[in-house]
Amino acid sequence: MAHYKPTEIMTVAAARALKNDDVCFVGIGMPSAAANLARLTHAPEITLIYESGTLATKPNVLPLSIGDGELCETALTTVSVPEMFRYWLQGGRIKVGFLGGAQIDKYANLNTTVVGPYGKPKVRLPGGGGAPEIATSCGEIFIIMAQSKRGFVDKLDFVTSIGHVTGGDSRQKIGVKTKGPTRLITDLALFEPEPETKEMIVVSLHPGVTREQVQENTGWQVRFAAKVAETPPPTAQELDVLRELHVRTARAHAEAA
Amino acid sequence: MAQLTSLSEAIKAAVHDGDTVAMEGFTHLIPHAAGHEIIRQGREELTLIRMTPDLIYDQLIGMGCAKKIIFSWGGNPGVGSLHRLRDAVEQGWPNKLEIEEHSHAAMANAYEAGAAGLPCAIFRGYIGGGLPAVNPNIKRVTCPFTGEELAAVPAHRPDVAVIHAQRADRQGNVMIEGVLGVQKEAVLASKRSVVTVEEIVNELPERSLNAVVLPHWTVGYVAEVPGGAFPSYAQGYYPRNNSFYKAWDEIARERNTFHAWMKENVLGKGPEAFAEYARKRAN
Repeated sequence: MAHYKPTEIMTVAAARALKNDDVCFVGIGMPSAAANLARLTHAPEITLIYESGTLATKPNVLPLSIGDGELCETALTTVSVPEMFRYWLQGGRIKVGFLGGAQIDKYANLNTTVVGPYGKPKVRLPGGGGAPEIATSCGEIFIIMAQSKRGFVDKLDFVTSIGHVTGGDSRQKIGVKTKGPTRLITDLALFEPEPETKEMIVVSLHPGVTREQVQENTGWQVRFAAKVAETPPPTAQELDVLRELHVRTARAHAEAA
Repeated sequence: MAQLTSLSEAIKAAVHDGDTVAMEGFTHLIPHAAGHEIIRQGREELTLIRMTPDLIYDQLIGMGCAKKIIFSWGGNPGVGSLHRLRDAVEQGWPNKLEIEEHSHAAMANAYEAGAAGLPCAIFRGYIGGGLPAVNPNIKRVTCPFTGEELAAVPAHRPDVAVIHAQRADRQGNVMIEGVLGVQKEAVLASKRSVVTVEEIVNELPERSLNAVVLPHWTVGYVAEVPGGAFPSYAQGYYPRNNSFYKAWDEIARERNTFHAWMKENVLGKGPEAFAEYARKRAN
C-alpha cells in the first residue's frame, strides 16, 4: 500500500464523493483540491463552478483565490457575480455545494465568522462569503474539514451557514427545501447524517484510525453507524495525480509576476 | 460625461472625507493604485463597501481612512487573515471600525439593486444563520404573489465607485474583460466614479458583440495607470501575484512592519510606481 498523509486520504475520499455528471459549486482551499482531483481522475466531465462567475472551469493548477485568471481562462464562460448568485445558485441549478469551515457542530452547521462573542471577538474570521446561500440553495452539501477539538465543537460561537440546524426536521421547518450536508469528509473518517436525527455519525474510518482517535479530536460525543466501513486507501494513481497537482500549483504560486 | 485626467486629480475631485466608497474588483482588477492615492491624500471617515476587503481595504483600514466597512468576506484569499482588519475589529487600532456584515449573495444583489435604481434588493437567502441577528439591515419581506418569505437588504448607493479596467478609449468608454465581479453594477449604482485603466487607446479593440462596456456618459473620471491592479491582476496584461499575497501576511501581521511598508511603498511613491508590474501579455 502506498504511503499517504491524512490530508491526502481526506482529499481523495472527498474527490470520490463527486460524480462525472455533477454540477459543483466549489469553495477555495481543500474543496477546490478535491473537486479538481475528481475532474482529473474519475469525473472528467464534472462541471465546476466558482463564485467569481467561472462556469465549467478546468484549471491546470489550483487557484489561490476564488477568482484567479486560470479559472477564467479555462472556463466555458464567465458571468458577473450578481448573475452567478441569482441565476445559477439561487436559481437552483447547482447540485452539490462543497464547503469547508473553521468550526462545525454535530448537525454540520458551520462557523467561519468569529470565535468568541460577535461584538467582541477573540478571533475575527473572514466571514461567510458565499456560504450562507450555498448552504441552502445547492441540492446537497459536502463538507471537508480536518478534525480537531477546536474545530469540531459542541456549540458554535456563531452560525454562519446552516446544516441540519437542531436536527430532525428543523431544516425543513424553517423553509429550506434542499438536503443540506449529506457527507462530512475529515482526515480521520467519513460522517453522514443519521436519517432520523440528522446528527452526523461516522460511517467509515480511514485505514488504521481508531474510534478513540476520532473521539479525541471531536468536541461532542461521537456516534458511530451500526456498521462502520473502512475507507479504501488512496490508489497510486489518485496519489500521483493529487501530488502532481500540488507540485504544479506550488510552482505557479511561487512565481513572481 | 467621462473626464480623462490624472489619478491624483480624479481622487481629489471624486472622493471626499466621510464618503461612502465602493472600490470593487472580485479578486481580478482590484484598484490598488487608486487605494494608495486615497491613502496619500489622507481621506478620513470613509465608509468602505466591498464584497472582499482584500489587501486594498486592509491598507486603508490600517492607515486610519475608514470608520465603517460593509463586506461579506474579509480574508486574504487562500492565505489567511487580513491582519489590519482584524486588529481594527478586535483591538480598535488605529481606530474603532464599525462593521456591517453580509453574505456575497446579499452584496451582489445590493449592487444590482443600486444599479437598477431600486431602494432594496430581494432574494432567497439568510435562512437560519446568525447574521440577521447582528445586522439590522437584513430584513424579511413576504412575496405578495406566493407568500414566500424572502430576504431584503438596502440597495448599495455609494457616493463614489472606484474600479480598474483593461482599457478605455479617448471618449472614456470603458471595456472590462475576464472575471467581471460587480464593477459594472458598482459604477452604475454610484453618484460618482473613478476608473483607472491599463491603457487609454484610440479605439477599443475588436470585441464580442456583447462585450462589457461602460459607456462614457456613465463614467466620471478615467485615469491611465498601467499596472494599477497589482498585486491583483488584469486579464490579458499580468497575472495575479500570488506570492505577494502570501508575503502580505507577514508584512501586515505587525503594526510596525505594516507602517514601514506603507511608508516606503505608498506614502513615498506615486501611481507611476505601478508601471513596473504592467507587462502586457503577448496574445
